[in-house]
Amino acid sequence: MRRVVVTGLGLVTPLGADVETTWSNLIAGKSGAGMITHFDASNQKCLIACEVKSKEHPWGFDPDKRVDQKVQRQVDPFIIYGIDAAGQALEDAGLTELSEEQKLRAGCSIGSGIGGLPGIESEALLLAEKGPGRVSPHFVHGRLINLISGQVSIKYGLKGPNHAVVTACSTGAHSIGDAARMIRDDDADIMVAGGAEGTVNPLGIAGFAQARALNMSYNDRPEAASRPYDKDRDGFVMGEGAGVVVLEEYEHAKARGAKIYAEVVGYGLSGDAYHVTAPHPEGDGAFRSMQMALKKAGMTPSDIDYINAHGTSTMADTIELGAVKRLFGDAMANVSMSSTKSAIGHLLGGAGAVESIFCILALRDQIVPPTLNLDNPDEGTEGVDLVPHVAKKREVKAVLNNSFGFGGTNASLIMKLAD
Amino acid sequence: MSDTAERVKKIVVEHLGVEADKVTEAASFIDDLGADSLDIVELVMAFEEEFNVEIPDDAAEKIATVKDAIDFINSNG
Repeated sequence: MRRVVVTGLGLVTPLGADVETTWSNLIAGKSGAGMITHFDASNQKCLIACEVKSKEHPWGFDPDKRVDQKVQRQVDPFIIYGIDAAGQALEDAGLTELSEEQKLRAGCSIGSGIGGLPGIESEALLLAEKGPGRVSPHFVHGRLINLISGQVSIKYGLKGPNHAVVTACSTGAHSIGDAARMIRDDDADIMVAGGAEGTVNPLGIAGFAQARALNMSYNDRPEAASRPYDKDRDGFVMGEGAGVVVLEEYEHAKARGAKIYAEVVGYGLSGDAYHVTAPHPEGDGAFRSMQMALKKAGMTPSDIDYINAHGTSTMADTIELGAVKRLFGDAMANVSMSSTKSAIGHLLGGAGAVESIFCILALRDQIVPPTLNLDNPDEGTEGVDLVPHVAKKREVKAVLNNSFGFGGTNASLIMKLAD
Repeated sequence: MSDTAERVKKIVVEHLGVEADKVTEAASFIDDLGADSLDIVELVMAFEEEFNVEIPDDAAEKIATVKDAIDFINSNG
């Protein structure tokens, strides 16, 4: 069977505009949360978010680095973040210049949970105010979710499969999992895969606040707001950004002497078939998703050293933990499980990809990132290593990433150090 | 150079992201300035906003160069 490895990484997050800055800030226990600055949020119920910082900030993002100014004017933020993260990943993999033959075997699978909400909002207002003749000719393709994959394929000449997943907060994990299957099934040798989101805009914040999903009781203490597994958690903090990896067929990577970060060995998917926003109360879908990933990897729970939890800082945290405990049983004693959403917020469609990259970096550096703000662990967390407050050095040979989304869609990825 | 020409060129530079010295009156939006058909729709909208004129579709289709745009605006503005 064709094996799939990770040979390039790219990140744009609230903790940094590249992989190493984000990772060192995450390991240092820093938070990307703050008051909303992208727009005047004073009439909103939620005033806080984990925003990608502007370029003046010590770890701010400069879109001019990799995204053409003309493209920047035409597209929504999630596409800009996605193009940049994909560029980082291709540069890291040493694959920015491909031969014609390679291009035919290189594809994209970069999705988003929501897509171009800011542009939909602003153009709808323009339509109402000034009429259809003022709607931008770039309105449609500047908002569409598959346009990260589209833009990246055009920029780098990637002519293989061009795919974009839309599974809410599971998008990033499904994107990587689907892309790995495309390589395994011989549709491609190289896949640029990940997810992005950029919905810190009035409609995005209001929509999630009205759904009672967002944190609204820490408006005066943004850094304390995202607190997965803590008794005083009260909803997620919206994040934004992108995570993109380069996946490559193992022999292809080896033949060109590529740096291999990890191997993608397990991918599980399931549906809750229960409720549009609430997870199944027993975590049935989550359980089966993890179980399938383990089976595909040919592993048992005791092989897993680190779980990057979905852990959004909502009531659902307990349900996920319950499912993990049922599946892992005695193997809970060895595993560390943290939620990095405590530091970067919830990147929605970007979350699964960004968090998979954190898993890969945990493998590389043999250290697991912390769960911030875990001051009073909730009931049911006893005896579980949730890596409170500070990162932890430990042996990490295999990792599991969970992502669950609205609609009851679940994805789990297992990666390990390549032999 | 007329005020109209200056303002037209400024819009072209901003919208197409091209160097100002490339935006001569003879420059073709598509052949010389790298625009595509959607860029031209956007440029026409920007001219309409800036000069408070209406450029109907059949007239817009005939605007191929910077000079075409300036001439249309001067005679209809």
